[in-house]
Amino acid sequence: MTRPALRDAALALAGFLVLAILPLITSSSALIDFVIRCAALGLFATSLNLLVGYGGMVSFGHGLFFGMGAYSFGILMQRTGMPIPLAVLLTLCISALVALVVGAICVRLKEIYFAFVTLAFQMLVHSMIIAWVPVTGGDQGLRGGIPRPAFLGINLSDQKQLYLFSAALLVLGLLAMRHIVSSPFGYALRMVRDNATRAGFLGINVYRTRLTAFVLAGAFASLGGVIMSLFVSGAYPEFAFWTMSGEAVFIVMLGGTANFLGPLVGTGILLLLNDFVTRTAEHHGLVLGSVILLFALGLRKGLLDFVMEWLAARRTRDAATPAPVAVKGTST
Amino acid sequence: MLEIRNLVKAFGGVRATDDVTLTFETASLTAIIGPNGAGKSTFFNQLSGAIRPDSGEIRLDGQNLVGLRIGEIVRRGVGRAFQVASIFPSLTVEETLLAAVSAHHRHAGRLGTRFPLASTRAHAGHCVAMVGLHDKRHILSANLSHGDQKLLDIALALVLEPRVLLLDEPTAGMGPEERWRVIDKVHELWERQKMTVVFIEHDMDIVFKIAPSIRVLSYGRVLAEGTPQQIRTNPAVIEAYLGSEHEVAA
Ligand SMILES: Nc1ncnc2c1ncn2[C@@H]1O[C@H](COP(=O)(O)OP(=O)(O)OP(=O)(O)O)[C@@H](O)[C@H]1O
Ligand SMILES: [Mg+2]
Repeated sequence: MTRPALRDAALALAGFLVLAILPLITSSSALIDFVIRCAALGLFATSLNLLVGYGGMVSFGHGLFFGMGAYSFGILMQRTGMPIPLAVLLTLCISALVALVVGAICVRLKEIYFAFVTLAFQMLVHSMIIAWVPVTGGDQGLRGGIPRPAFLGINLSDQKQLYLFSAALLVLGLLAMRHIVSSPFGYALRMVRDNATRAGFLGINVYRTRLTAFVLAGAFASLGGVIMSLFVSGAYPEFAFWTMSGEAVFIVMLGGTANFLGPLVGTGILLLLNDFVTRTAEHHGLVLGSVILLFALGLRKGLLDFVMEWLAARRTRDAATPAPVAVKGTST
Repeated sequence: MLEIRNLVKAFGGVRATDDVTLTFETASLTAIIGPNGAGKSTFFNQLSGAIRPDSGEIRLDGQNLVGLRIGEIVRRGVGRAFQVASIFPSLTVEETLLAAVSAHHRHAGRLGTRFPLASTRAHAGHCVAMVGLHDKRHILSANLSHGDQKLLDIALALVLEPRVLLLDEPTAGMGPEERWRVIDKVHELWERQKMTVVFIEHDMDIVFKIAPSIRVLSYGRVLAEGTPQQIRTNPAVIEAYLGSEHEVAA
C-alpha cells in the first residue's frame, strides 16, 4: 500500500474506534440513533458527491438507489431469510445493475436533461413501489419488521450492535469511496468533469467513465438504504421519493463538494438542524430555508469547503516563502 | 509526411474547407495564416478527427485517417492544442499531466490502485519540462497565466507523443512578451523533437520570423504556399490578407 492509502486506512480505523468507544462513555440512545442515521444518510450523500462533486453530474434522482437499497434488502430478508451479509451483497449488486440500466440512458445527457431524466426514473420507481402492493406493501411501506438472524455472533436486533454494524459500514463505505476518488479512475472522472472534450482527445472514454461513476454511486447509495431499513425496521416509499434526492443535494450543498468528507459534515448539520429545529421551532421550514440561504448567499460554498479554504489561505499568509497553495473550488 | 487531398467540408451553404490539397513534410514547421473565418480551425478539426470531412483524403505516412475515431487518430500520432486553451481548471499542472499520461497508458479505468501510478511519473515530468512549466507544476491550472495555459495545452498534446503537432493559434490573446515566450518554446520543441509542427497564427511578425514555410487559406481555399519571402510579396495574399488584416491582427 502507498503512504496516502495507509493514512486513509489509519484515519478510518481511528474514526471507527472513536465511534466504538462513544457508547461506553455515554449511553444516550439519542446519540446512538443519531450516529446510525448519520451513517445511512452520510453514505447516501457521499455517494451523490461522487456524481456531483467529482463527476460534475447533478442527479436529482439519487434517492432511487437509497430506496432500492432499503427495499431490496428488506424484501430479501423477509422472503428468503438469507444471511445478512449475503443480502447486503446482493442488494449492492441489484442496485448496481439498476444503476447500469438507468445510467446507460442518463449519462449521455447534458446537465439539465441529466438532472430531469434521473428524476423521472426515480418517480417511475417510486410509483412502482406504490403500485406493487403484494411485494412492497404499497404506500403503507414494507412492514412486519426485518428478520435479523445472527451472523458471526452479531445480533442486529440489539441496538448497540446495530450501532457498531452501521458505524463499520459507514467507515468501510467511506474508505472504499475515498479509494475510488484517489484512483486513476477518480482522476479520469475529474478530467471528464472539467473538460470532457479534451479528456476524449486524451483517449479517455467519457461515456464509460461517467457510467462507471453512476453505477458505483448507485451501489453506495443503496448501502445507506440498507442501514436505514435496519434502523426503521422496514422500508417506506418516501425513501425513493424525490424529496429524498433533494435532501441529499441539500446535504452536499451544506457540507461542500470540494472535500471528500464535506457531505458527511453536511449530514451532521442537517440532522442536528432537523432534530433541534423541529423540536423547538414551529416554523421549521422557515429556519431550514434561512440556513440554506445563509450557505448559498453567505458562504457561497459548503461548510467544510469554507473552513478548508480559510485554513489554506491562512497557511499561505503564514508561510515565509509563499509556496503556491492550491485553493480548489471542486473536488480534489 | 502528412498529405491532404481535395478536402471538402461545408456547413450548410458555407464551404469552410473548399477542395484543399496540401502536403506537410515530416519534421517541417509550417504556419497557416488567413483571415478570420477562412476555415483554419475547421481544417485542423478534420485533421484531428473532431469533425468528419465531406470528402477528400488525409494521409499520415501513407495511412488514411479519414473516418477514424478521435482516439484512433491520436494513437496514429496526430496531437493538437486548441485555439482556446483546453485544460482541466481544477487540477494542478502536475496532476493534469499525470492523469493524461495515465489515460494515454490506458489506465484511466483503473480503480484498484492509487493515483498517480509510478510508471507515469517520468513521462509526465518530461512533458512538463518540455514546455517549461516545471517550476509551476503545483499551481492550479485555472490560476496559470494565459500563456502558461496554452503551454499546458501543448504539453497535453505532447503526452500522446505525436508525430504531427497541430497548434491552433498558440499565442492568441496574449501580450507581446508572453507571445514570444510561447512561440520560442514552440520553436524549441520543433527543433528538439523532430516532429511535424503546423501552427495557425495571426501575428505576421511571428510567422515571418519563425516559419520556414507558410500556407495561406482564404474562404476555405488554399490561396498561396511558399517561403516567407514568397508570401510577403504575393499580390493575391497582400490583397486578401496582409493589406487589410495585418494591422488588425498585429
Ligand atoms: N460547427 C460549425 N457549424 C457551422 N459553421 C461553422 C462551424 N465551424 C465553423 N463554421 C464556419 O466555418 C467557417 C470557418 O470557420 P473556422 O473557425 O474554421 O475559421 P478560422 O479560420 O479558424 O477563423 P478564426 O481566425 O476566427 O479562428 C466560418 O464561416 C464559420 O462560421
Ligand atoms: Mg480558428
